[in-house]
Amino acid sequence: MKKSLADHLLDWSGRIFLTAILGFLVLPFFVVAIASFNKGAILSFPPEAWSVQWYVNAFEYRDFGAGLRNSLRIAAIGAGIALIAGAGFAFVFQRYEFRFKSGLNAILMSPLIIPNFTIGLGILILTASASLPRNLWTVVTVHVIIVLPFVVRSVYVSLQNLERNYENAAESLGASPAYVLLTITAPLLLPGLIAGGIFAAILSFNEFTASLYVVNRGTTTLPVAMYNYVREYADPTLAAISVMYALAVAVLLLVLHRIFRLERVLNVE
Amino acid sequence: MLSDTLPKAASKTGEQIAVQIDGVGKSFAGTVALKPIWLKIARGEFLTLLGPSGCGKTTLLNLIAGFLEADAGELFIHRDLVTRVPPHLREIGIVFQNYALFPHMSVAQNVAYGLRTRRVSKVEITERVREALALVKLEDFADRRPRQLSGGQQQRVALARALVIRPRVLLLDEPFSALDRNLRGAMQVELREIQSSLGLTTVFVTHDQSEALSMSDRIAVMSRAQIQQIGTPDEIYDRPQSRFVSTFVGDANLFSATLISSSGKDVRLKLGEVGLDLTTYQSDLPAPGPVTLFVRPEHCRLTEAGSPGAVPATVALAVYQGSYTELYLDCPFADTGRAMLRVPASTVMAPGTAVGIALPQQGPAIFPKE
Ligand SMILES: Nc1ncnc2c1ncn2[C@@H]1O[C@H](COP(=O)(O)OP(=O)(O)OP(=O)(O)O)[C@@H](O)[C@H]1O
Ligand SMILES: [Mg+2]
Repeated sequence: MKKSLADHLLDWSGRIFLTAILGFLVLPFFVVAIASFNKGAILSFPPEAWSVQWYVNAFEYRDFGAGLRNSLRIAAIGAGIALIAGAGFAFVFQRYEFRFKSGLNAILMSPLIIPNFTIGLGILILTASASLPRNLWTVVTVHVIIVLPFVVRSVYVSLQNLERNYENAAESLGASPAYVLLTITAPLLLPGLIAGGIFAAILSFNEFTASLYVVNRGTTTLPVAMYNYVREYADPTLAAISVMYALAVAVLLLVLHRIFRLERVLNVE
Repeated sequence: MLSDTLPKAASKTGEQIAVQIDGVGKSFAGTVALKPIWLKIARGEFLTLLGPSGCGKTTLLNLIAGFLEADAGELFIHRDLVTRVPPHLREIGIVFQNYALFPHMSVAQNVAYGLRTRRVSKVEITERVREALALVKLEDFADRRPRQLSGGQQQRVALARALVIRPRVLLLDEPFSALDRNLRGAMQVELREIQSSLGLTTVFVTHDQSEALSMSDRIAVMSRAQIQQIGTPDEIYDRPQSRFVSTFVGDANLFSATLISSSGKDVRLKLGEVGLDLTTYQSDLPAPGPVTLFVRPEHCRLTEAGSPGAVPATVALAVYQGSYTELYLDCPFADTGRAMLRVPASTVMAPGTAVGIALPQQGPAIFPKE
C-alpha cells in the first residue's frame, strides 16, 4: 500500500522527535565527558586544551578511594541482608494469610513514601539517644530499610508468577515442604532473586540523602565523598568521576543483562 | 518390569477400595467449590470426572491429592485415613494439564525426583527411571530439557514421573486438553493400556464427553459442585437420570410434553394432539403435568408426515457427515425448536419437506420440566 504524504510527514516528525528525546537523554553525559578532559582547573565548556590529569587526580584523591570501598561494602552487605529478609517477607506474604498482614505490609512499604532524609535523620537520632556507635552497620541499616520494599516487591512478583503446580507436583512425589523449597522453589526463583539483589545493590550504591546523616569520617560513601569534594573544589575532577561512575553502572547493567539470560540457561520462562 | 512390582487390579466390582470419600466438601470464601460428596473408587478402576468448567473437578482432585484441606468429611486411601496427611506422604501420582515438568532438570532428573525423595539407591534409580521412560517410549530423550520436547512427549514424561513412584492412585487433570486431536487419541489409548497393564487406580478429569465414554470404567458426571450421576459409560449414555446428564453426554432430542398418567415405568404422554404410550427406564417419574421427553437421535426414526404416533416436523437442514447425514428438523415440540436425526448418507431431503419423527416405544425418559 502506498503511504500518503501525511503519513510520510508523521513518519519523519516521529523519527526526529525520538532522536531529539534520545539526544536530550545522553546530552548531559557528553557535556560532562568532554568537560572532564579540560586542561584548566575551572569547569568550562567547550575546553580550550585537553588533559587526563583530572582522572589521575580522581584516582589519587584519598576520599574517593575510601568512599568507593565503603560504598561497595555497604551495597554488598546491605543488598545481601535486604535480599534474604525481603525474600522471607515476600514468601510469607504470598503464601500465608495471617492477622495484621496488611499492617505489616504497610510498615514494610513505608520507606517508599517516607523521604530518605527522614529515615537517615531518624536513625541518627536513634543511635545518638541510645548512645550506639555510629559505624558501617549504621549506614547498612539505613540502606537495608530503604531498599527492602523494592526487594520484597520484586520477589513477591516472581513468586506470584511461579506456577504453583511445580511445587504441588514435587510434593506429590514425596518431597517435604523444606525439600520443595530447596530443590524447586529456590532454583526457579533464582534469576528473580539475583536481579532483585543487583537492583538493591545499585539503589544502595546511589543512595545519598539518608547516608549524609549517618556517615562519619570512616564510613563516608562515594556519593557523600563527591558531595564533600564539590563543596571545596570546583575543578573537573568531579566530571571525571561522574564519567567513570556512569561507565561502571553501564557495565553493571550489561552484567544484569547477562543474568536475565541466565533464565534461558536455567530453562525458566 | 514395572508392571510386575505393582499390585494387580482387584476385581472391579470391588470389595477392595482404593479411595473412599466420606462427605468431603470445600468452600472458598463463601463460594461452594464442592458440596460434600460420598464416593468409593475400587482398586484398579479408571474413574472419570466429567463436567463443565467450574463444576469442581479440580477441587475434588486437589482434595484427594491433599493440596487442599477439606472443610469437612474424611478421606481414605487404601485403608488409611489421610484427611489430615500432607500431600508428600499420600503416595499419589499426579499429572497436570500443563504437565508442570521441572524446567531446570533434565527428563531423567524429572523422573528420578520422586525416587530421590524416597532415598532410593543410585543404582535402583537409574534402573527404574530407564524402565519408566521405556514404558512411555522415551528412552532416547533422558538427557533433554522439558522445553526441548513436544507437547505429547512432555505429557509422557509427566506420566512417567508420576508412575515411577508406584503411586497408590494416579490423578490426571485434563491431561490431553493441550494436544491436537490425533495425538490426543493416541495418548488416550496409550494411557489406558498402561493403566490397565499396571492395574492402576486412576481418577481422570475431563470436560470432553467422548473421551470420558471411551476411556472409563465409570464416569462421575458433575455440575454445580456436585456429582449428578455416577455409572458405567453405557449407563450414563443409555440411562441418564437428569436432563443435565442427558444433554451433557451425547446428543439428545428433548420435547415438551404433558404427562397424562403413569404406572410403574409405563407412561402416557401427549405432544399437542399426538398421544404416546411409552416405557421408560426410570424408577422415579415426575408427577403428571408438563414434562420434558428425552430420546437419543439414534432411537428416533424418520416417517411420513401424519403417521399415527409420529411427532410432526419439517426438514430445516441436512448436514453431510460422510458415513451418515445429520438431519435437523424444525419441530414445534422440540425444546430448542430443533430436533436432530441421523439418516443414511444417501438420503436426500429438501428443506421444507414435512416429515414425522417416530419415537421408540422403549428407551426414552421423562424429566421434570425446568
Ligand atoms: N483457590 C480458589 N479460590 C477461590 N475460588 C476457587 C478456588 N479454586 C477454585 N475456586 C472456585 O471453585 C469452583 C470450582 O473450581 P474447579 O477448579 O474445581 O473447577 P473445574 O471443574 O476444575 O473447572 P475447569 O474445567 O475450568 O478446570 C469454581 O467456581 C472456582 O471459581
Ligand atoms: Mg480444573
